[in-house]
Amino acid sequence: MSADVMPITENKNTKAKAVDTPWKTAMRRFTRNKLAVIGFIMIVFMFILCFIGPLFSPHNLFDYSLKNKNLAPNGTYWLGTDKLGRDILLRMMLAGRISLLVGLVATCITVMIGATLGAVAGFYGKLVDNLIMRVADIFMALPSLPILIILGAVLSDLKVHPSSRIYYLMVIIGVLNWTTLARLVRGQILTLREQEFMQATEALGLKDKRKIFKHLLPNTIPVIIVAATLSVAGAILSESALSFLGIGVVPPTPSWGNMISAANNLIDFRKRPWLWIPPGMCILITSVAINLIGDGLRDALDPKTKK
Amino acid sequence: MAKDLVEFRNLETHFQTTAGTVKAVDNVSFIIREGETLCVVGESGCGKSVTAMSLMQLIESPPGKIVGGEILFEGEDLLKLSKREMSRIRGNQISMIFQEPMSSLNPVLTIGNQISEPLMLHMLLDRKAAKKRAIELINLVGISRPEKIFDSYPHELSGGMRQRIMIAIALSCDPKLLIADEPTTALDVTIQAQILDLMRDIKQKLNTSILLITHDLGVVAEMADYVVVMYAGKVIEEAPVLELFQDPQHPYTKGLLKAKPIINQKQERLYSIPGQVPNPIDLEDNCHFHDRCEFCMDICKVKQPPFRSHGKDTHKSACWLYEEEREVL
Amino acid sequence: MKEVLMQVDNLKKYFPITGGVFQRTVGHVKAVDDVSFRIHRGESLGLVGESGCGKSTIGRTILRLNEKTEGTVLFQGNDIYSLPKEELRRMRPKMQIVFQDPFSSLNPRIKVGQAIGEALYDHGVTDSKIIRERVLETMNICGLASYQYDRYPHEFSGGQRQRIGIARALIMNPEFIVADEPVSALDVSIQAQIINLLSDLQRDKQLTYLFISHDLSVVEHLCDRVGVMYLGSMVEMSSTEELFRNPLHPYTKALMSAIPIPDPTYKRDRIVLQGDIPSPANPPSGCKFHTRCPIASDICKQQAPEYRDVGNDHLVACHFV
Repeated sequence: MSADVMPITENKNTKAKAVDTPWKTAMRRFTRNKLAVIGFIMIVFMFILCFIGPLFSPHNLFDYSLKNKNLAPNGTYWLGTDKLGRDILLRMMLAGRISLLVGLVATCITVMIGATLGAVAGFYGKLVDNLIMRVADIFMALPSLPILIILGAVLSDLKVHPSSRIYYLMVIIGVLNWTTLARLVRGQILTLREQEFMQATEALGLKDKRKIFKHLLPNTIPVIIVAATLSVAGAILSESALSFLGIGVVPPTPSWGNMISAANNLIDFRKRPWLWIPPGMCILITSVAINLIGDGLRDALDPKTKK
Repeated sequence: MAKDLVEFRNLETHFQTTAGTVKAVDNVSFIIREGETLCVVGESGCGKSVTAMSLMQLIESPPGKIVGGEILFEGEDLLKLSKREMSRIRGNQISMIFQEPMSSLNPVLTIGNQISEPLMLHMLLDRKAAKKRAIELINLVGISRPEKIFDSYPHELSGGMRQRIMIAIALSCDPKLLIADEPTTALDVTIQAQILDLMRDIKQKLNTSILLITHDLGVVAEMADYVVVMYAGKVIEEAPVLELFQDPQHPYTKGLLKAKPIINQKQERLYSIPGQVPNPIDLEDNCHFHDRCEFCMDICKVKQPPFRSHGKDTHKSACWLYEEEREVL
Repeated sequence: MKEVLMQVDNLKKYFPITGGVFQRTVGHVKAVDDVSFRIHRGESLGLVGESGCGKSTIGRTILRLNEKTEGTVLFQGNDIYSLPKEELRRMRPKMQIVFQDPFSSLNPRIKVGQAIGEALYDHGVTDSKIIRERVLETMNICGLASYQYDRYPHEFSGGQRQRIGIARALIMNPEFIVADEPVSALDVSIQAQIINLLSDLQRDKQLTYLFISHDLSVVEHLCDRVGVMYLGSMVEMSSTEELFRNPLHPYTKALMSAIPIPDPTYKRDRIVLQGDIPSPANPPSGCKFHTRCPIASDICKQQAPEYRDVGNDHLVACHFV
């Protein structure tokens, strides 16, 4: 080969440096984003609190004792007790388990449905695309809260056992939210398909399987991660709202939403703030934290922002 | 000789990145004279656009910052002016056109609006006078039916027309200096020819100085009176255009001239400069071209060559080949 | 006469323009409008023209990267538009493409070595050792070092990415490569490297090129024959020497004179074309060039000139030749 093709200037440090994968770059950018890191710490704290905290609690979820009802926070009951004398802190932590779980599972369902349908619509295009997207339009046109209320009422009517209600709830919230993600994934795949590297895969005669799984999907993952993160917060809020309205998770199973709704009379609201402030704070902290993480991930995974 | 209009004195513009400091413009000095076209040539990332942006003080800060030097405009240091004084000079005495004629016009305003705006702002014309002047300007840049164009929107025009409009806007306040940053790179050759013609015309008619930034030596040969060659943030050679093409001194300039295939002069094999532009982060204090240079000596790797004339006063270059001192100390 | 490798007859590619509420087709962009040419084995054919003249669309349509509207494309005698999908896929490695944009032509999430070698997997080579060897060999030919095998595209400069793109096209030992403006996004000093690489490869591997460019000087340097396109039609085609010595079509002449020559002493008598390139959605009647042609007359407005051989394999479409 001729002389001018061969020389490759190597910066002294390129060889020694470890391979810089796109994921590592994203991690670095994420960790440099202060707000995102704060969000991450907050969410880890919530998880530890909810999943490990109850193990250290001296109380029991079903310790009814009317003698101890409506106690203000004190040495034994750090956050006080409710009108049945149950420890608020313990209830709040256990409620957190359910809320976080609902958020995560509902999001998994959302991602599975949304990403698959979006990818299929984007890759095959034409009729399939039209069909899926029109269904998505219909879903988007339906206002979700009234639908959830109706479905909640139906669940009550069918006398579904309170403990299995949360599973139905997860599925319902998950199924109702798939459209946003499907649209995002479809859009991403449509732009990717126009990229020259996708034309190159066609020119090289690669198989469809490789095109979809090696080239298209890995490039949609950032979009999915960001959308999924934000939808966790959405799902938690939906669950809380439904439980507050009494059609989501129903007592005695605690949830942040139904804990707040238990304080729905003026006396509780005014005189016993320990009943509703702690679960309210939990909802606030969790959704703010998740949104911070989502924004951080969006910036970190977007190849256009170079930092 | 014509009066000096702009003088860059040891300009230093640096960018802070997480990986280190990029000296995008590193100790750059040159002079633009009245009524003269000065071309800055170089490859992407050599600092030619940053030099122009420094003059306009449009460097985004952070990460960029002008850390040293002076930019004298008619004897006055622009870097010492307040923001308000600077914005009066910008667009009034110095104006700029960019590479991308698509994105430099606002899509929701009519062409007429966009031309009249600086007229009303800087020249304090009323709406009617501004319109009259705007139509004159559209005419000046060689567009027929100026009244019709006045009322149209940017998307209705082609790339070449938009670039003409950009030039009209730039000329609206009779600037003393027109900065053109790769004005024809996004255009087709036949349109490029039209725009270059137009710019030459304007220079003659209005005696405007032009700072033309380009990577195309063909454009340089056609337009320039004086040429500045930049590499990795430094000026490595400057000379009047004839001098530079007939007797280039720096090996990089020579390489650039040889590397471009020229129409009707078919060679068997193109000369090519090996390797690539160095990573701009934390460059060492040596000749930045040394690892691509076929005449590289030991001293080139450790010490920066001085930038001065070797023979003719107007022709300066920075290369150890023309220095007495060659020993590594 | 040499063997014809690629034969293109009356190729048309129209892109529909949709409008209105129901996305009805309201017109067509005639990107390629009735173009015929042949490419012989071992030669490089240059296609020049300005943006929107359809040169890139030709490159993609003859590889069936987008569907044609009309016409036939024969590669080694096989009509690539009548091949079943799987057979076409098997034939693809023989005809490759190098793209213009070194950034969007590489998948940011795939390592370079993998990007170059993955085609081998899908065409029957399964031994990963052999694949690695062949990739390294090809990388070496294209001027890439072996330690770069495991790196991601974003760590490379434009010129190196272009080398990766070339290596990817070369790995399956193609016979025919469409080079779609492979150097226009690169700096001058890097351009020369890539041009030299392409011409070395052609010599060593007996490649056939369709070299698409807007830069006549690059085409002159690299190509044996040149076709000039304007608004979807071929206006002139001949051997490089003949074309540059004796351009016949007024558009070709104007194009040549418009190129800035890096020589300040050069005396040019430039033909500056008036006006802009018309929209390919609504091309002028008759000869498409008549709106800008310095020698146009009435016949040009009414009648499209015949694309004919004026001797010496010099084809041109103009009434005044």
